[in-house]
Amino acid sequence: MRVFVFICAVILNLGLASCSESPKSHPSTSVADHQLEFISSSKKMMKIDSGSYRAFIGKDSNNIIKVKSFYIDDSPVTNAEYLTFLKANPQWTRSKVLRLYADSTYLKHWKGDYQLPEKINPDAPVTNVSWFSAEAYAKSVGKRLPTIEEWEYVGLADRSSKNASDKPHFTDFILREYQQRKSNMNKVVRQGEPNFYGVYDMYGMVWEWTYDFNSVMMSGESRKDNTTNESLFCAGGAITASDLRNYAAFVRYALRGSIKANNCLNNLGFRCARDFKN
Amino acid sequence: MKKTFIIATVLSAFISLNSCKQNNSTSSENNSDTEKIKTDGSVEQQKSVAPPNVPAPVGDRAAKKVIVRLETIEKTGELADGTQYNFWTFNGTVPGSFIRARVGDEIELHLKNNENNTFPHNIDLHAVNGPGGGAEATFVAPGTEKVFNFKALNPGLYVYHCATAPVGMHIANGMYGLILIEPEGGLPKVDKEYYIMQGDFYTKGKFGDKGLQEFDMDKAISEHPEYVVFNGKTGALLGDGELQAKVGETVRFFVGNGGPNLTSSFHVIGEIFDRVYMEGGSKINENVQTTVIPPGGASIVEFKATVPGEYVIVDHAIFRAFNKGALGKIKVTGPDNPAVYKKNP
Repeated sequence: MRVFVFICAVILNLGLASCSESPKSHPSTSVADHQLEFISSSKKMMKIDSGSYRAFIGKDSNNIIKVKSFYIDDSPVTNAEYLTFLKANPQWTRSKVLRLYADSTYLKHWKGDYQLPEKINPDAPVTNVSWFSAEAYAKSVGKRLPTIEEWEYVGLADRSSKNASDKPHFTDFILREYQQRKSNMNKVVRQGEPNFYGVYDMYGMVWEWTYDFNSVMMSGESRKDNTTNESLFCAGGAITASDLRNYAAFVRYALRGSIKANNCLNNLGFRCARDFKN
Repeated sequence: MKKTFIIATVLSAFISLNSCKQNNSTSSENNSDTEKIKTDGSVEQQKSVAPPNVPAPVGDRAAKKVIVRLETIEKTGELADGTQYNFWTFNGTVPGSFIRARVGDEIELHLKNNENNTFPHNIDLHAVNGPGGGAEATFVAPGTEKVFNFKALNPGLYVYHCATAPVGMHIANGMYGLILIEPEGGLPKVDKEYYIMQGDFYTKGKFGDKGLQEFDMDKAISEHPEYVVFNGKTGALLGDGELQAKVGETVRFFVGNGGPNLTSSFHVIGEIFDRVYMEGGSKINENVQTTVIPPGGASIVEFKATVPGEYVIVDHAIFRAFNKGALGKIKVTGPDNPAVYKKNP
């Protein structure tokens, strides 16, 4: 009994913690938005037609995710693009950013507020950015971050098809791309092969923030995630995977579960999305 | 007659109940006893020692606070001569650094995920009483660090490993090690101590194929490894890595099995284990030829080096030893001992 109470408390605690960290409910986001200076971006976006796919997670493995048509950046936001944003929005520079929005590793590979060291490629994906800063960037160019569902939908495509998830070597391909990131993350974007939609670098360069990255709970105790009563989590996100062989997806969801909105990682960047309106 | 029988039955039932009760109370007492052990206020920063070596024994020191720092490091290393693999490690070695403490110690474990890593990690220590063995408390993204504390309640030799999804892949890439919790007063003194951990590896290429080998998920799921090795490499305990002892010395191996899949039939050719702490626990078996070590399990084996020579360490599921790499050696040097072993001309 005591054990049960304890487990409940832990779960409740986790749930609360994730709620309070949820970007959606963060009260301060709007404060940052007030000061945003809009900039123009010539980043190419690709139209992604509406469709559906079988969810990787969800108690019911036949859970079908429907995605509306939207646009997504054809490649991750680069250092140079991010620099333009910083020049218009100095409150997001390294020296001025609020700790609440970005931890101490924010843009730590940069030389100063507006300077890239020589070894960093301006056209490589920007990294060491927090969720808040990525969100602010997206707003400044009139876009938003893609949702997990949108990102995963685009990520299902290989070079020749919209949904390659049933192809036996697709997971291998992604895992190989992940392993090669260390040598790729400082390279120019859009150098590899685009996928079916004409979108580049979904796997081989950096992890990417998504709007609702922490709506899926991965507690770190990955074995338990399979059995915990998912309704106990505020986002109903205890992991029950539909495809136990999809190791690449497990890794992605684990990464999302391990980060907080103000974290900045060496290999975590982002790309933007926008609604499609007829 | 009938009455006597009933009395006897009741009596024997009572006795057996009572003995059960006693057993229960002793075992629970053991646990609560160690829970009550006070630390002496001192703090030790545990130095990391690379396998096959281990930190110094605890001896008869009092319980204290021990700070252990582990860093997850993803790096390319040699799985066999000319064959590389992208290992995921604790502190850069397979197995990870050996952690050594005593019962009653308060252990503060720092888990840092190297900033240049690609993947999230965590740690589950089988020596922990608590949710996930610390896995939830240590879930770290690249470039971040987390800390959790636990009190060592149960003496024994325990496996630790990464438990981040997909768990099998993290373990298959080398994320495991051993933590020893010594009993009060420490384990009996021996002359040599070594740290050996078996693991199975799943590569796209066949055993012996050169170059960087990728992890093969299908082989891992079907439990068909290309490599079964001690300490992360086919030759880790051969050549320069060969273990050493002198005639007359007592030798203790801390042996673990990271798996992820295969159970080890641990054996030293030409030696008999004088003592085996079965499954790494408190029960000691004597005069053992081969001891079974499951994935996620460990064993302490001890023997006395009596006759000089090279002794081959194997998983006695013998094709693994000769065709997949589960082979090491310990070299015993010193004077011949013809009374025990003599080769006739």
